[in-house]
Amino acid sequence: MAGEGELGSIVVDTATRIFRDLCDPQTINNAAEESWKQPLWRTLEDSGLTLCWVPEDKGGAGVRIADGFDILQVAGRFAAPLPLAETMLAGWLLAQTDLPVPAGAMTLAPGDDQNEILLDAGGKITGNARKVPFASEVSHLAIVAKRNGDNVIALIDSSDCDISSGTNIAGDAQNDIVFNNVSPVGVSDMPTGLGPEEVMMMGAAVRSRQMAGALAAILDLSVEYSKERVAFERQIAKFQAVQHNLARLAGEVAAAEAVSGSAADAIDRAARFDDAVFLETASAKIRVGEAAGEGAAIAHQVFGAIGFTAEHILHRLTRRLWAWRDDFGGESHWAVKLGARVAMHGADDLWPALASR
Amino acid sequence: MTQNIHFDPVRLPPEAQVLRGEVRAFLAEEIAAGSFNPECETDNDGFDRAFSQRVGAKGWIGLTWPKKYGGHERSFLERYVVTEEFRVANAPTRGHFVADRQSGPMLMKYANKDICMDVLPRICRGECCFCIGMSEPGSGSDLFAAKTKAEKSAGGWRVNGTKVWTSSAHHADYMIGLFRTSPPTEENRRHGLTQFLVDMTLPGITVNPVHQMNGSHDFNEVVFDDVIIPGTHVLGDVDMAWQQATSELAYERSGPERFLETFYILVGLVRLLGANPDLRGAEGIGRLVAQVHTLRRMSVSVNGMLQGGKEPVLEGSIVKDLGTLWEQALPAKARDLAAFSDPEAANRISFEEQLEYATMIAPKLTIQGGTTEVLRGIIARGLGLR
Repeated sequence: MAGEGELGSIVVDTATRIFRDLCDPQTINNAAEESWKQPLWRTLEDSGLTLCWVPEDKGGAGVRIADGFDILQVAGRFAAPLPLAETMLAGWLLAQTDLPVPAGAMTLAPGDDQNEILLDAGGKITGNARKVPFASEVSHLAIVAKRNGDNVIALIDSSDCDISSGTNIAGDAQNDIVFNNVSPVGVSDMPTGLGPEEVMMMGAAVRSRQMAGALAAILDLSVEYSKERVAFERQIAKFQAVQHNLARLAGEVAAAEAVSGSAADAIDRAARFDDAVFLETASAKIRVGEAAGEGAAIAHQVFGAIGFTAEHILHRLTRRLWAWRDDFGGESHWAVKLGARVAMHGADDLWPALASR
Repeated sequence: MTQNIHFDPVRLPPEAQVLRGEVRAFLAEEIAAGSFNPECETDNDGFDRAFSQRVGAKGWIGLTWPKKYGGHERSFLERYVVTEEFRVANAPTRGHFVADRQSGPMLMKYANKDICMDVLPRICRGECCFCIGMSEPGSGSDLFAAKTKAEKSAGGWRVNGTKVWTSSAHHADYMIGLFRTSPPTEENRRHGLTQFLVDMTLPGITVNPVHQMNGSHDFNEVVFDDVIIPGTHVLGDVDMAWQQATSELAYERSGPERFLETFYILVGLVRLLGANPDLRGAEGIGRLVAQVHTLRRMSVSVNGMLQGGKEPVLEGSIVKDLGTLWEQALPAKARDLAAFSDPEAANRISFEEQLEYATMIAPKLTIQGGTTEVLRGIIARGLGLR
């Protein structure tokens, strides 16, 4: 086990080094065009990070689920504006089927109640998916579709789809997709124990981990700035009101780190997405989403007008916090689901459920 | 610089979950026998010496302590499980909890061997209740302003002054008291305070009740009038109390009792809203459950890291800050969510009683054991801001 732990930390160290070298938020923020993108993506691919959740015999790096989540926490720290998380998720899903795992960037559409995607008897895909992250920048999509009412996974070449232009609040590609009699690259039965909700849970856990990283980064930035900035002839860090705000921000960072790390660990250990994993992942997305809102507000308050400017890097992080909290179900989405499930099990089961984690 | 706020995803070991089963069985028997009310601690003030003795007989006090002192040398994560199960059940643990959590460990570290051999086994048997004498009139959060004086005299130390807000002093066999033995120095205003083990039966000690706004009696004023404390009862070094007892603080701040004191309100709310709550009710419950799950995972993590020899001091303070604010806000949030529930619902009356009780104890939750303001200062220090 020690060996695995060490390997895990090596992978995370590699990711940290790559992002530090090629994804420095200030450099990216200053860049007039997107020339930084290619080298960063190529390096992530070459180092095996994009398909790190795909086993080696399928062309991936085969790192542990928990380590992959830690890589995403690091990616979040750097506000990485590339479909790393999405490619990892698509690879994770495809690797559980007998479909090939293509090289290059991918994203996924879990399919939900509002947007059904159908696979017809002729093997064609019809329907639509809304607000799919990075759809316009990837070569393949992994989607959950319905065939005769059953869930299947389809691998789709993105050039076969009608993809809208559009961005999320962070300015990253986020697109609506229309599937109009698309022939998929391949179709597979849904792996046992997975469905749209489970894919959403995995996506929620991924976004929670990214947000925890971004929150940690805004705490670092805010603390550092509060010690540099002088107002009323003192460092603003010396004002009790500022200290208390930063202490609150540290609390939100801590909550996000703990609950998202716990959800990642729960998925890593679990054989399937059971009630316990549901409690962990739903809680993570809810609580980290709350922390994202609170944390971003506090950081902006610390930075004052400077943090509101385009040239400052704070928005690289805060805008992604606002974007990511909406992806794969926002706080309200998961809170309704979690609350309904708690109510269904009844008051007497609440404490045993919490205490079992 | 990175802050490195870190939480290992600690899971409770199997033996802790086995112990949980034993604790639940014991509590169920106690509840069935009518020894306390699990809905909230309204009946007594949480003190029941006979109950504490039964807990001691089970071996659940001093769980982590050395066997030579009557302890059981089990892990802090096992103790964690015992603490949270007793807390959630609203069991009357005041007769032993303070001694178990902080006074015992304090004695082990700073008291002489004879005192340890005498007092610690009695704590483990549930026979010994402790109170903490820190706050004084005019000196609460600002501990170092304490004025109650201990002066060297024949037979030990002569103590004069007054402590206040002293929980359980009217039940306590002993106090860990913080007294001024020298004036503060120019360079260090924290200098000059000493901790003592005080036998509460000593002549010259008067305990006067301070009733709380909800009518219950927990606080006291403790007056010292020429009380002579033997020299052997000094804990640690004279004048140096400010350097002591910091290592236990992380346990004290991060335990389950720091966010579960009003947990029955959440259980009551779920019961009241029933199996099919509306959208608003479901969302409200979902958020509260996510929040308390988060706090518990943070708290288990800090305790696991401490057990593993790490020093998550900043993380421990954060657990108390977030935890006490959560347990304090819970009654108001539950009140909002319950506003449109069926007024004829079977659980309505008991929920309203619980809510009334919790609303009235809520203000103390962010005061006891270190106020929010003090904690935020400690967290700010941890962030390198002061």
